[in-house]
Amino acid sequence: MRRILSILLENEPGSLSRIVGLFSQRAYNIDSLAVGTTDDASLSRITITTQGGDRVLEQILKQVNKLVDVLKVIDLTEQSHIERELLLVKVIAQDEKTRAAVTRVVDVFGGAILDMGRISYSLQLAASTEKLESFLDTLRHETDIIEMVRSGAIGLGRGDKALKG
Amino acid sequence: MSKQQYNGGELVVEALKELGVNYIFGYPGGSVLDLYDALFEQNDIEHILVRHEQAATHMADGYARATGKVGVVLATSGPGATNCVTGIATAYMDSIPMVVISGQVPTHLIGDDAFQETDIVGCSRPIVKHSFNCRRAEEIPTLLAKAFYIASSGRPGPVVVELPKDVLNPAAKFDFKMPQDVAIRTYNPSKKGHPKQIKKAVEALLTAQKLVIYSGGGVILSNTSEQLTELVETLNAPCTNTLMGLGALSGEHPNFIGMLGMHGTLEANKAMAHADVILALGARFDDRVTNNVQKFCPNATIVHVDVDPTSISKTISAHIPVVGSLDMVLPQLLSAIAKSGQSIDRHAQEDWWRQINRWREQKCLSYSPGEEKIKPQTVIEKLYQATNGDAYISSDVGQHQMFAAQYYPFKKPRQWINSGGLGTMGFGLPAAMGVKLAFRDQESICITGDGSIQMNIQELSTCLQYNLAVKIVSLNNRSLGMVRQWQDMLYSGRHSSSYMESLPDFVKLAESYGHVGIRVDHPDELDAAIAKMMSITDRLVFLDVRVDELEHVYPMQIKLGAVDDMWLKKGVKA
Repeated sequence: MRRILSILLENEPGSLSRIVGLFSQRAYNIDSLAVGTTDDASLSRITITTQGGDRVLEQILKQVNKLVDVLKVIDLTEQSHIERELLLVKVIAQDEKTRAAVTRVVDVFGGAILDMGRISYSLQLAASTEKLESFLDTLRHETDIIEMVRSGAIGLGRGDKALKG
Repeated sequence: MSKQQYNGGELVVEALKELGVNYIFGYPGGSVLDLYDALFEQNDIEHILVRHEQAATHMADGYARATGKVGVVLATSGPGATNCVTGIATAYMDSIPMVVISGQVPTHLIGDDAFQETDIVGCSRPIVKHSFNCRRAEEIPTLLAKAFYIASSGRPGPVVVELPKDVLNPAAKFDFKMPQDVAIRTYNPSKKGHPKQIKKAVEALLTAQKLVIYSGGGVILSNTSEQLTELVETLNAPCTNTLMGLGALSGEHPNFIGMLGMHGTLEANKAMAHADVILALGARFDDRVTNNVQKFCPNATIVHVDVDPTSISKTISAHIPVVGSLDMVLPQLLSAIAKSGQSIDRHAQEDWWRQINRWREQKCLSYSPGEEKIKPQTVIEKLYQATNGDAYISSDVGQHQMFAAQYYPFKKPRQWINSGGLGTMGFGLPAAMGVKLAFRDQESICITGDGSIQMNIQELSTCLQYNLAVKIVSLNNRSLGMVRQWQDMLYSGRHSSSYMESLPDFVKLAESYGHVGIRVDHPDELDAAIAKMMSITDRLVFLDVRVDELEHVYPMQIKLGAVDDMWLKKGVKA
């Protein structure tokens, strides 16, 4: 089962490597990982998507929590939440027909064209991981993908409650 | 008058003094010379110069296990630091409080592959409780205070502190101030058990028909041996100790049913398998205890108390988990039992003890004494008699370790010092040295084998330098006994690389280091040799006992079986 974990931890050198190391050391999956600062400069927030049953997830949460640098960790998938992942993708868009088709797909999915080359378009879409997959599938019907990059999912719990220091 | 100022090395020394450190185990090198210079200036902390940094970590570890204090190691950057890795892992697996101070190349060279540069914080990351990269001398007192606090609180463990050479620059001077408070917002180690869980646990304990208390190293680490004993007596429960927990309940206590697990007693493993309630205290259901987890104690309600939540329901699901420190949870349990007004089912309990005594009567530890060859078990039993069961016993890893665990009933906690989790050969001698430093007037005996002792034999030199009169009892079977036992049992006797074909003369070896060596070959000589060894208290004695090389350790759990599926002797199943 896919899970999204949000981890709040000290913004210190090496704290990210402790998280990544823990996952590899204990043979847990990392499907994606996103890290950035928070409104509190002393804290970073890491979002990890992983796979696992309840038992494995319970161990992951406990093991992450045990790291001295970690302030809080939650399983976002346990609650109602919003999530987004950013996709940048460069596709072949050489002839008019393909350009029109790609533009239509971008419009339908609510993405944007960020750049044009001689034979390519560079596209952006920020959406749920599921929607990104469907966007990519649709694009593949219309043209060829040259290059892509994904940020990994980030998420927040719904409502007024917050994961804070 | 101007206030005294200190350079980085002096800040380390001042902070360690404030933290109550008496001994540092270490080895100098380029990156820590300034720190060694600061150590030279003072007399409060004694530095023990080892012959290999791995031994420094085991010495600090043995010292920590025997005293409960934090063991302190000092190593230079690069190879000095990497030599510590096995010792750090050993301490990590057994939750031993240790602070390892490692040198590092100057900050401006970090990342350049400078001479003797290793990312020791990176290397040790999976085997430390935490680590610190110090980058400014002013941070030293705070980082060390935090390191000691983290190492010794909650579930203890090793902490690495890396000090680059420029941080120790003798020309840069600073004020020294020890922080008053080392609270860390992301770390809250000590906990009381949740009252609801305590209530559930007591309910289970008092309604049990076949209760077993399974206690581990956590009882020793939390200094709660007395409360454990009180609980055992209050409930009149049978109690088994893990390898790490031996001595937590005295081995001579009538309710003690022996060690459990791979080489545990029949009565301990049978009691676990038949129990309806198991109270696990500071134990972690290690694979050397459970055998096949699928078949583990199917009928038992498991109450698991541990300070580390990750230990609970990791391998075996707990029905009643209690997260908390034993020094709080055990008093909580005792007072809840006293207040409950409920009493245990005496009738069921009598039946249970009758059953346990029937298992005990099978005398699973009996063996045939040798006539021509010395049995290793006999050596341990005689050692027990000669020391009145009072010695600190450190062991290496292998058959001798199991024989020591089985045939030397430990009366008190911290008396038995062994590498249970990592199984580190070479641990025994340096650990015994750490114990001896802490308790000069007590017997500190290393039980070892011809394989293990050679893994840190160079420390015989350190023993001479600091007059550490430990006793080394080597159960010499001219082979890697435990490896060979497995090869006998599981590999049709194919003894691949388990022979030691070029052993030194250990007596001459000991003598060459300035110690006393005694060799025993025949059972008739054993008593006199042990007596002679015991009569020498001011020098290290190396007792090289040639034991029966064919002896196996029994009982032994059968691979992939239940906790009580065991071999009792060669070819005899329980």
